[in-house]
Amino acid sequence: MKNKDINKVPSLEVHNLAASYNRMPVLWDIDFQIPQGVLTGIVGPNGSGKTTLLRNIMGLMKADSGYVKIFGEDLNKVRERVSYVPQRESVDWTFPASVREVVEMGRYRNANLMRRLSKTDKEKVNIALEKVGMLEYANRQISQLSGGQQQRVFLARSLAQDADLYLMDEPFVGVDAATEEAILEVLSELRNEGKTVVIVHHDLQTAYQYFNWIILLNTRLVAAGPKEEVFLQENLREAYGGRLTILSKLSNLIAKSEFPVREKGFKETEGSGDGQS
Amino acid sequence: MTIEAWYIIITGALIAASTAILGSFLVLRKMAMLGDAISHAVLPGIVVAFLLSGERDSTLLLIGAAFSGLLASLLIELLHRKARLQEDASIGVSFTWLFAMGVLLISAYTGQVDLDQECVLYGEIAYVPLDLMAFGNTYLPRPLLVAALLFLIVLLYLLFSFKGLKLMSFNPDFAQSLGIRTQVWHFTFMAMVSLTTVLAFEIVGAILIVALLVVPAATAFLWTRALIPMIVLAVFIGVLSSFGGYGLASVLKGSIAGAMVSVAGLLFFSSLLIKLLTPKKN
Repeated sequence: MKNKDINKVPSLEVHNLAASYNRMPVLWDIDFQIPQGVLTGIVGPNGSGKTTLLRNIMGLMKADSGYVKIFGEDLNKVRERVSYVPQRESVDWTFPASVREVVEMGRYRNANLMRRLSKTDKEKVNIALEKVGMLEYANRQISQLSGGQQQRVFLARSLAQDADLYLMDEPFVGVDAATEEAILEVLSELRNEGKTVVIVHHDLQTAYQYFNWIILLNTRLVAAGPKEEVFLQENLREAYGGRLTILSKLSNLIAKSEFPVREKGFKETEGSGDGQS
Repeated sequence: MTIEAWYIIITGALIAASTAILGSFLVLRKMAMLGDAISHAVLPGIVVAFLLSGERDSTLLLIGAAFSGLLASLLIELLHRKARLQEDASIGVSFTWLFAMGVLLISAYTGQVDLDQECVLYGEIAYVPLDLMAFGNTYLPRPLLVAALLFLIVLLYLLFSFKGLKLMSFNPDFAQSLGIRTQVWHFTFMAMVSLTTVLAFEIVGAILIVALLVVPAATAFLWTRALIPMIVLAVFIGVLSSFGGYGLASVLKGSIAGAMVSVAGLLFFSSLLIKLLTPKKN
């Protein structure tokens, strides 16, 4: 592959994605592209499907329709170029493991799962630990970490993956000021290296500050693009202010059978709940 | 102590060590009750294989049991994922149903075959020295050799799968995001639990296996927050329970399996008490 070609391909392309959880539509008609080398925030109110979108991109959930392309390819072809950071609360931090052991997981692959990590792998782990300022805590058990330190460990694990696209779910939640600073520094460093970062973020105030590309989400896509173009009054009102109206509008559309394929699925959620749409 | 006593203790220790290793991961994956489910669900497999082969120590028995153990974990996954039933309810439905069919089969055919409910439910570790196998001039108990082989298999599995098991237990979503086939790992693990359960079955019976899977691991978890020390400690507690259990049983002239699990439980509660009474340091 030539360098020029790579730069033309969007880092992430989501096409016509729809997803549901327990047969309730959570994502609807999501369609956007993210160019390479931008710091992107996925922003929207609570329950707007931000985490679901990330899980769908990573293939952790089956979409109802639509597809995702990463660097123009299916996820399976470019897995090693993608790093996923789940929400900090999604794991049990009383798990018996040291900081280093968790960060090493960033170097795990199908190919080396039964073998020891190589010297290069261990070096990458050390570099990642250093970058987030956790090297001196490397042998500490993760059950002894503060919330901010836990988030740094997750960030280090992600950095150890040495990816080109980073997808992070709420890395700023419940962290101290120092950790926030550390995360931001790492993010801008990644951006300077030409990597793409996509972050699920619930705080509208800081989003404008942190990111230069915004995906505004509220079950359906409200707007996507450079932050100056997205952060318009009407967009924000649509995503936040008119939240209830949007959801009821969606239900109305379905009920009026303007989307005949979906209608069937929706009726089943109202009924006994058996059968798959 | 007599050589027979050693046979019993060592067999018990090897079984308890194997279950402690796998049990550590069951506990960490918050799937302790899945161990319970599998240990009960192997029953119909054992009975059907037994009815087909008419022998008690055939490999067919083992395969049948392992198969129904896997069937149970598959059924639980299916009910949970596809039918969207809660996980605990899926477990509750699957294993009791399979176990009930096993009980029904035994009771219906118990007159014709030599497989009694007592043995199935409570196991009979005391008979270990009676079931001898010849090696030239030396005779060794078959269950002891089976237990040793099991321990070896589990140890090898642990050695080769340690990283995978650690990753899968800590953060399965992340494992999947790496492109690791988490389903394959899950079912391999379940197959190991099934196999262990089947072999432990005739020693301690269906009911007490879950105690050997969970109690040593849970006790070890009270003492350490590092994975390898936790597994080593769990194995040690399992072995200790075998020794202590034999001692307790011979004093009381009671069931050895019951005494083993009682000792394991005693170790758990005394650990908990010590942990609660000693002030925490930061």
